[in-house]
Amino acid sequence: MAEKGKTKEFKWQRKHLLGLRELTAEEITYILDTAQGFEEISARAVKKAPPLRGKLVVNLFFEDSTRTRNSFALAANRLSADVVEFTKKDSSVSKGETLLDTARNLEAMGIDIVVIRHNAGGAPTLLSKCINACVVNAGDGYCEHPTQGLLDVFTIRKRKGSLKGLKIAIVGDISHSRVARSDMWAMTKLGAEVTFVGPPTLMPPKVEQLPVKISYSLDDVIEKVDVINMLRIQFERLGGNPFPSVREYSHYFGLTVERMKRAKPDIIVMHPGPINRGLEIESEVADGKNSVILQQVTNGVTVRMAVLFLVNQAAAEKQAEAQNG
Amino acid sequence: MKVLLNAKQIDSILNKLTSRIIADIPEGVEIAVIGIRSRGEIVAQRLAKRLSEKIGSDIPCGTLDITLYRDDLNSPKSGSQPRVRTTEITFDIDDKLIILVDDVLHTGRSARAAMDALIDLGRPKAIRLAVLVDRAGREFPIQADYAGYKADAKPEKLVQVFLKESDNKEQVIVE
Repeated sequence: MAEKGKTKEFKWQRKHLLGLRELTAEEITYILDTAQGFEEISARAVKKAPPLRGKLVVNLFFEDSTRTRNSFALAANRLSADVVEFTKKDSSVSKGETLLDTARNLEAMGIDIVVIRHNAGGAPTLLSKCINACVVNAGDGYCEHPTQGLLDVFTIRKRKGSLKGLKIAIVGDISHSRVARSDMWAMTKLGAEVTFVGPPTLMPPKVEQLPVKISYSLDDVIEKVDVINMLRIQFERLGGNPFPSVREYSHYFGLTVERMKRAKPDIIVMHPGPINRGLEIESEVADGKNSVILQQVTNGVTVRMAVLFLVNQAAAEKQAEAQNG
Repeated sequence: MKVLLNAKQIDSILNKLTSRIIADIPEGVEIAVIGIRSRGEIVAQRLAKRLSEKIGSDIPCGTLDITLYRDDLNSPKSGSQPRVRTTEITFDIDDKLIILVDDVLHTGRSARAAMDALIDLGRPKAIRLAVLVDRAGREFPIQADYAGYKADAKPEKLVQVFLKESDNKEQVIVE
């Protein structure tokens, strides 16, 4: 059943998806192209296909999450995998120990893919080094949230055809946002120009070393951008007093109906959710015609299906190679 | 390498397949053509065009990507990584007579995968298999309802279909 004729040179080889920083533009594009083939599954009567039948996916979440966890579970279910939920709200044990112990337990359960979210940056990478199963990063510390980055560029590509030359603003609490980082890697690798927008107190240290422009004024960039991604103010992560008041933040950095009047008519409005209505984004804008916030949720399942499929495929190939010497 | 069919022969085979398919359509049954990516897609489009012309109404035509239904995903062979493409079937397949189309029928595994994929899309009235070339080497109990050309190729031989839409040439070869 081998495909005849011309075969593409490119081959997907990663059995882990740890971050987008390490991926090439070609790899990112390959994931997006693959994801297109999975869109149709969610739209039909039988919302299931069999490629991961008999595979066990573990959702290992050390941090609260509803939507990402459900999105991964749904993606795994649609590919006919079995899913075990393993959530640990607040691990008080030292990180390294917990992870290694957990990893051993998971191995003993015969898992194939671990989807991990952890408050420590680098946890997925550590896990990938000590178990045989595939590891997919569902958010680690302030480092990366690769599937969110992928679903964001997938959503933009669907609307605009390509990321090349697009001007994109990512607005809000950049310093605590792994979404901003994964977005930045994916978007810039695909040829977009990214501007981080927010108060100086919410910019990460050494931000000037990242491949982005920086602006402290939303009013300066609103007219120029093709895409605007409004980050959620993560009250649970904010320490100190990064801005004087919620109202003041909203005044300077909220996406209001007034500001939208100055934006390009076909601007895409994004938000990784869950949204704080009236804070970083006004309801009319979040529900307006430029908003793709709900498409992002739908596309999240699609992109995660592609990721689970690809890492499993790479693992199967590596195993076959090992067996054949 | 030996040329089994040239452009003219392929054209005449497609005409014959069209007539045979039409002759078998029961009264009052809607038909649709669905091709298996990638060469089956092209053969399907050509058949659908001819069927539409002869019948005098538009016969729906779709494309099925069977990658997710393959039986070798967990035992991959080196060098041929399966690539997921899109399934594009914009019509309802329920209660239709589906003409499933591929370029070559060999092991029967693609046809098996395609039938499983189709069943997940709906419940057709019947599925009939039409292929341009039917070659020896079946591994599954699957036969073509409409076989354009029977090639008695040895197992180690490769039967390849080239079509102008995808390959800039039009022939069937064995090598």
